[in-house]
Amino acid sequence: MRWFWFASPQTFFPLAGSIARWCAVGAALLAAAGLYVGFFVAPTDAQQGEAYRIIFIHVAAAWMSMLLYVVMAFWAAIGLAFNTRLSAMMASALAPTGALFTFIALWTGALWGRPTWGAYWVWDARLTSELILLFLYLGFMALQAAIDDPRRADRAGALLAIVGVVNVPIIYYSVQWWNTLHQGASVSLTRAPSMASTMLTGMLLMALAFWLYSIAASLARVRCIIKERE
Amino acid sequence: MIAAARCLLRRDLLLALRRPSDVGTALLFFVIVASLFPLGIGAEPNLLRSIAPGVIWVAALLSSMLSLSRLFAADHADGTLEQMLLGVSPLGVIAAAKVLAHWLVSGLPLVAIAPLIALQYDLPAALYGTLALSLLLGTPVLSLIGAIGAALTLGLRGGGVLLSLLVLPLYVPVLIIGAGSVDMASAGLAPDGQLMLLAALLVVAAVFAPLAIAAALRISTE
Repeated sequence: MRWFWFASPQTFFPLAGSIARWCAVGAALLAAAGLYVGFFVAPTDAQQGEAYRIIFIHVAAAWMSMLLYVVMAFWAAIGLAFNTRLSAMMASALAPTGALFTFIALWTGALWGRPTWGAYWVWDARLTSELILLFLYLGFMALQAAIDDPRRADRAGALLAIVGVVNVPIIYYSVQWWNTLHQGASVSLTRAPSMASTMLTGMLLMALAFWLYSIAASLARVRCIIKERE
Repeated sequence: MIAAARCLLRRDLLLALRRPSDVGTALLFFVIVASLFPLGIGAEPNLLRSIAPGVIWVAALLSSMLSLSRLFAADHADGTLEQMLLGVSPLGVIAAAKVLAHWLVSGLPLVAIAPLIALQYDLPAALYGTLALSLLLGTPVLSLIGAIGAALTLGLRGGGVLLSLLVLPLYVPVLIIGAGSVDMASAGLAPDGQLMLLAALLVVAAVFAPLAIAAALRISTE
């Protein structure tokens, strides 16, 4: 099986390099296209004016921040269950990117909230859970940084990630659980989106760009970790 | 299996009894933290009444976290923990017994003393029941979740600060639901839903946390 062949850090190293390169190029192109659509093509929002344009970065970053935690927990669980070196390395490589996107989501959200809600920060359930997600990422990285033995660091981090992943569904369902200020999701798979199609195009382009960026950044980081350890 | 758990529980409680100051410190910390808030924000009765549930819950959270680092540290230092790992009884049961002992000496006294703090904050007497019940259901969850962090940070440098970084974010749902139940009761609504959510958290944590603690102990001691 080719899959297991690439599970070894030595054979994965060159593959990761070429994937990272192509994904970085794709991310740059898609981000350029997404930003162009977002800033020049998409119409001005009737209620929020030009300030809404931050969503092209904000929404995609928020999606990635939650998704990356799940992906990180997935690799952590695989690493813990099958004792594969590369899975644990993937988990630790994903954490900084996830923390970055969580921070970007919070930051852009604050910039959007000031003109729209009149405050940089409100104690809304979604904002709060995103902040907690950032703390979870930071806790994961701090725990791994505090342990000198890489094997114990991997396993301890993996357990923490699995415990923390319970938080991600709470973030997702928080809008339904606590009826608060943050607007509900505008995009869903089951019904037509409640926004102009060019806005949706821009957002999806940015989301794809962030996906590719995450893959590129984490693979580049996992290459560093492989070099450091092997 | 049950005998081992009972024996361990008895031993931990005895150890705590022989050293009453350890238990007393955490309890005193709870009282002091709760007493600092009025000094910081002013003694306006209406304000105090409205922040009381949150303050009491945050103080309980911090106090229960303070005593966590001691949960496995002594056993780890003198090698008892390794004997427990090597022993025949399942590690999950041992972990559950240790957490129960920790809760009995650090969580249960908080439940008993909380009405006193509530008195300081001029909380209506009708809410004492809800407050005590929410703490009774919530503090074991704090001990269970906290023990995972305590096991993971066993023997690490800067363990105490790291432990709070790991554990406090995971405490948030308990805090929201626990303080929310008292808030609901003070608004004249039935807090049953929130209390049941707390009970549900307790059941889930009681089932899964001992397994996670056992896994964390294995990781930390190998």
